[in-house]
Amino acid sequence: MNVDSENTGKKLPGRPTSGLLALIGVFLFVVMDLINAQPIDPYQAPYPTALGSGQIPSGAHCTNVSAVD
Amino acid sequence: MDISSPDSKKRFNLCLLASALVFGTFYMAGPRSAFLLLVGLGFGLVLEGFRFGFAGPWRLAVKERDGRGLVAQLMAIGLTAAIAFPLLAANPDELTGAYAPIGFAMIAGAFVFGIAMQLVMGCGSGTLVNAGSGNLVSLIALIGFVAGSFTGSLHLGWWNGLGTLPVLTMQDLFGSGGGLWVTLLGLAILALVTLAWSEHGKRKPPLRLIAAAIMLALLAILNLVIAGQSWGVVYGLGLWGAKLAQAGGMDVATTAFWSNAAHAERLQQSILTDVTSLTNIGLIAGAFLVMRWRRSVDPQVTNLQPVSWMVVIVAGLVLGYSSRIAFGCNVGAFFSGVSTGSLHGWVWFVSAFAGSALGIRLRPILLQQARPVMEVGIP
Repeated sequence: MNVDSENTGKKLPGRPTSGLLALIGVFLFVVMDLINAQPIDPYQAPYPTALGSGQIPSGAHCTNVSAVD
Repeated sequence: MDISSPDSKKRFNLCLLASALVFGTFYMAGPRSAFLLLVGLGFGLVLEGFRFGFAGPWRLAVKERDGRGLVAQLMAIGLTAAIAFPLLAANPDELTGAYAPIGFAMIAGAFVFGIAMQLVMGCGSGTLVNAGSGNLVSLIALIGFVAGSFTGSLHLGWWNGLGTLPVLTMQDLFGSGGGLWVTLLGLAILALVTLAWSEHGKRKPPLRLIAAAIMLALLAILNLVIAGQSWGVVYGLGLWGAKLAQAGGMDVATTAFWSNAAHAERLQQSILTDVTSLTNIGLIAGAFLVMRWRRSVDPQVTNLQPVSWMVVIVAGLVLGYSSRIAFGCNVGAFFSGVSTGSLHGWVWFVSAFAGSALGIRLRPILLQQARPVMEVGIP
């Protein structure tokens, strides 16, 4: 494996362009997901904070083992 | 200050972009989602703005006997724990910690994650932050991370079948108050060991890292209060992979992991309602904002041979897969696990740090010529 900036002469896009690519990628993914996923019902939106909501947390986390066993 | 200068205009536009992201999310998904995106933006701003990382400080601690970054991490975790433990004890029906079992696959996964994070110089949060700040290596690794995290979710049951202990928490073992003191004592001992190991002049974290540690702790608490759960990264990336696979025609919903009610719901609902997806998006966007805000932009990484780019993708894949079977990365398992009392967080740290030490040795062998490339960016 060689670093080839000198070998190939190919220049990579700068950080602003690459960062923008990342943002655009995420944006397109969100749009795709909005099309495919169930519509968000604003009347079902949860209380602004879990603390004070009186509800059990329903989000998923990488430590969630409920589906593993 | 000249408000008509190019810099001022650029920064005004960046503020507009951040506002549009938050208000757009508020409009589409409600206040909780908007708040979580805001917290994610905060994480991105702090990590990129203060150059606070995980992989880099571990490498510096091992190679340069420079413990400042690691001590700052321990400070952030301790501060978070000091608030999170009482919050969790007082609100057990609304808030939950990052609790997972210790197991063979978890330990092995953390070890492999430690190796891979030194190969690509990025952990879970670091890969997102670096991708947002325009590091092309991390952007490519992120694609692998998403695929790896999703693939790991498909095999998680098998890995877990190798054997796990029950979920053990400091609260269960010592009570809430006692658990907090044991956690703080453990962090203090670890900090003292780090300080003793570090060379003179490389012990006390600079003000920049102390400020970042305090802000990270506050953001982590906000995450807990708003989401009801601790800060995480890996689940969101696995969910992105699952949604992409589903869009590509794969019947993801029938797999063991994604047919579980909790995960099936995430798969059906928009990611604008998923906690970790929102903070992940915020991390990327926050890092982008900081990168563009700066007057001078860091140089892009040096170009690589095609085979090296493949190595980057594979390393990203390994990062995602190993963190999925390890029940989290440096954020979900180490930062959030330890700060909310999960014993698996401590075991994760020991295993990942050992893997990291090996990764540091392997890096010059596996990525001999890529090393100067990888060192550009926030680890």
